[in-house]
Amino acid sequence: MIARVALDVSAALARAECDLYSHLVTRATGRAVRGQLELLLGELAGGRRLAVLDFSRVGVLDFSCADEIVAQLLLRHGAGRVAEAAASVAAAAAAASSWFYCRGLHEAHLEALEPVLAHHELALVVETIDGAVRLAGVASDDERAAWHLVHETGGGACAVLAAHGGRAAGDLAPWLARVAARRLVVDAEGGYWPLRLA
Amino acid sequence: MTTILAVPPSLDDASFEQVLAPLAALPPDAKLLVDARHARWASPYGLCALLVLARSRAVKPQFLAPEGDETASYWARTGFFKQAERVYEPVRPLPRSRAGDSHVLLPVTEIGAHGDVQEVVARISDRAAAIMADELRFPVSSAMGFAMVLSEACQNIVEHAGASGWVAVQTYQWRKRLGRKVVVIAVCDGGLGFRRSYETAHGRPASDRWDDGAALELAILKGASRFRDPGRGQGLPNIRKYMGRWGAKLSVRSGTARLSVVPEWDDDPPLVEQLAEFPGAQVQIVIPAQVGVEG
Repeated sequence: MIARVALDVSAALARAECDLYSHLVTRATGRAVRGQLELLLGELAGGRRLAVLDFSRVGVLDFSCADEIVAQLLLRHGAGRVAEAAASVAAAAAAASSWFYCRGLHEAHLEALEPVLAHHELALVVETIDGAVRLAGVASDDERAAWHLVHETGGGACAVLAAHGGRAAGDLAPWLARVAARRLVVDAEGGYWPLRLA
Repeated sequence: MTTILAVPPSLDDASFEQVLAPLAALPPDAKLLVDARHARWASPYGLCALLVLARSRAVKPQFLAPEGDETASYWARTGFFKQAERVYEPVRPLPRSRAGDSHVLLPVTEIGAHGDVQEVVARISDRAAAIMADELRFPVSSAMGFAMVLSEACQNIVEHAGASGWVAVQTYQWRKRLGRKVVVIAVCDGGLGFRRSYETAHGRPASDRWDDGAALELAILKGASRFRDPGRGQGLPNIRKYMGRWGAKLSVRSGTARLSVVPEWDDDPPLVEQLAEFPGAQVQIVIPAQVGVEG
């Protein structure tokens, strides 16, 4: 079971900067906002949680803030990173406690976010302001295909997903494990499940 | 003895080098008179760089404002004189601005802290949609991108300069070189500059070639930073990539070198070295209107 934690980035900005500003710009602002978000995340100690960062009320997001808020949150919680060896894939999946999902993103927010994710070789599930869900950042074609399969089918056991995708389960399994290790899907109850808000 | 620095009739990033040239032979406390009486036009870069020149001197230079009423009035409306009063000793009272100007998208504004960048973004974001859509015929959705680029350029001062600087944004018809309307962002400081910023953190690199040009290449083309945090140093490289999509020109001058990311419509050399020494970093971004949809 994963607890959903709603994190309104705009509200965190208001708390961090005393309501003075409405734009997520400058590295100092990003650090302050991340501090607020970490406090909220820390209040839910223990267990698995899906942190939903809501950008729908954010105006301008610059590269520095995208780095300080999104990339640093992912890096500090070990989410989104590329896992190379099979052993580290399994270890990363087992240790996972926080998943991240960004919603309410405008095209310009993604223009700030994508280069930052690429720089750190991170991937992240994002929902744009019109409700479309996609994978942002760095992921191989096989990882993207595995993620799409989980997202489009609503998830299930590897064999079920493989049947849906017309693939051999043995070929699909390592890629499902990788996207789970990167916290782009949830590995639970013998299957792989999309990050869902409800 | 006072050295007179004559401001050319048309003051931009190129002609500003004429103003700087006589400075090389002078000590920092030499008395200067910056004579802008015959100036007729100035780009945002020219105006901001004149302020940096004054701030970089040990003794406040004297200043003579443009004699032409139209020019003086325009310089006043850009906010230049308001800033100049702080760093120059005006020989005569400087003209006061009575009204705004539609070409001045952001008046000459001092940047010294993160809060100043926030203020600039707040001020420009209200007008960014009009700038991008009405002035340059870009989609309205690009307005946030414009504010993002401005923010990153200004942060270069706050994060690296160790001194305050100035930003200005104007629009004008660039008939001579482009035949199109452009929006120009200038961000200038008189702080550490790129080479000294690296040396402060990492010492002098063990390289056959280490000078201002090499430091600019590291910062803009390779994304190296004086900070050890792997997320740092991406501001200018990301601006470069982002501006490439818009066919914009990015130029950064620091110390004795200027590096430009040159679009098809321009023929500046990518790297100019052995310029007159000038402290800090001076950034200029020229965003041209979309071709075929000139307003």
